[in-house]
Amino acid sequence: MKKTPLYDRHATLGGKIIDFGGWAMPVQYSNVIEEHHATRMKAGLFDICHMGEIEVKGPQAFELLQWVLSRNIEGQAIGQIKLSVMTNENGGIIDDVTVYRLGEERYMVVTNAGTKDNDYSWIETQRRARGLSDVQVIDNSDRTGKIDLQGPLSQEILQNLASDDLALLTYYHAKDTKVMKIPALVSRSGYTGEDGFEIYTESRRLGEIWDKLLEIGAGLGLKPVGLGARDTLRLEAGMMLYGNDMDETITPLEVVYGWVTNLEKDFVGSSALKKLKEKGLGRKLVGFEMQDRGIARHGYKVFKDATEVGVVTSGTYTPTLQKAVGLAFVPVSYSKPGTDIFIQIREHHAGARIVELPFYRRRK
Amino acid sequence: MSKPNPADRKYSKEHEWAMDNRDGTINMGITDHAQELLTDIVFVELPAIGKKVKQMEPMAVVESVKSVSDVFSPVSGEVIEVNKELEEHPELVNQDAFGKGWMAKLKMDNPAELNNLMDAALYTEMIKEEKH
Repeated sequence: MKKTPLYDRHATLGGKIIDFGGWAMPVQYSNVIEEHHATRMKAGLFDICHMGEIEVKGPQAFELLQWVLSRNIEGQAIGQIKLSVMTNENGGIIDDVTVYRLGEERYMVVTNAGTKDNDYSWIETQRRARGLSDVQVIDNSDRTGKIDLQGPLSQEILQNLASDDLALLTYYHAKDTKVMKIPALVSRSGYTGEDGFEIYTESRRLGEIWDKLLEIGAGLGLKPVGLGARDTLRLEAGMMLYGNDMDETITPLEVVYGWVTNLEKDFVGSSALKKLKEKGLGRKLVGFEMQDRGIARHGYKVFKDATEVGVVTSGTYTPTLQKAVGLAFVPVSYSKPGTDIFIQIREHHAGARIVELPFYRRRK
Repeated sequence: MSKPNPADRKYSKEHEWAMDNRDGTINMGITDHAQELLTDIVFVELPAIGKKVKQMEPMAVVESVKSVSDVFSPVSGEVIEVNKELEEHPELVNQDAFGKGWMAKLKMDNPAELNNLMDAALYTEMIKEEKH
């Protein structure tokens, strides 16, 4: 397993280590529920070094990205971030990524951990296929360290160490700044449904920032948070996880990524997606809440009356809402909020109801 | 740190305890060590009354936020009572695994099966070795 630059610190903090996409990552330090609540109510600190950072730069960077991304990045300002997916020729999702515009001709594509190598070769393959020689695709993942600071007290905590006024940094925007005098890229974004920041810096300097944040945040209730609570936080916020809720056999139109898919422009997969849209979708990813006792998990079967009609892609007990919720694929005809379905939990069928996403929305 | 394993009962290698009620029945649950490994228990699926189980076959399920784990029956027999409290308060297993977190009462098919289980000293030794 690969280790992040913070690996030894996780051991010291009592982190329970698991294999996540080939990375040795902490699943929890104390317990998932405590870490979840700390993030919703105070702040949580996450090691996100396993994710990938691919730089795309040069005069044809825009052209290449317009071709590989489903989102129209025309008009994306320097410092602005956009969520997007990359699809294959069939419209299947290769990865969901965030795209940072860092300069006139410079972008950073932030990928999932397990998909990074494939994403990199995909972008390179498309670059060659399109005959684009005036753009470079660089994998910076190994030398880039990333931590997320999430929760309502994030700004108060990080401001102590940052050299710019973080109040001026708006949602889904990034800024080159310094944290403890160490050059860092800080964005107001994340994967928890709370206010917070993603902090990118040189791998070898990351530990200093991690330690200092935990030190100054401890009195305010900041806790290190593992992948267990990262999963319950993102699911409550109605966010999907690549590999769980989507993969290359699933299109963005069937999951909740229709809004990041612009069929007015040409990109890899756009003609396949247009055809699919004309033909009509067969299935759709929806949120559900358990009505009967039990927790639905990834892979459990969905029934309408006695007929198997779909599958659960994510499911858990959510600490904030204190109920069992999840995401599932169902036929479009059964996808309306309020529809009752059943989920097979071991030997019995437990009732569940389709609801609007997200399950949780923070008060502004 | 786990609580000490009480000497008044027997233990399975899958971390269940069985207390002999001396009337052909046992009460059972999971050990404090087991709840510590599972951490935040949020759901317990208890067997139906009347269910017949074999020794060391799955008889109940405990779920933490992250994981789903089988609970094995420490003896063969019939389920005659379950701890209904756990339906609303699964956290009792975390708080008091040897007491209020008990799971079921079974009528034993063969009380001699209790001899297949470990005593507290042996079980304590086993979990100490697991940690190394």
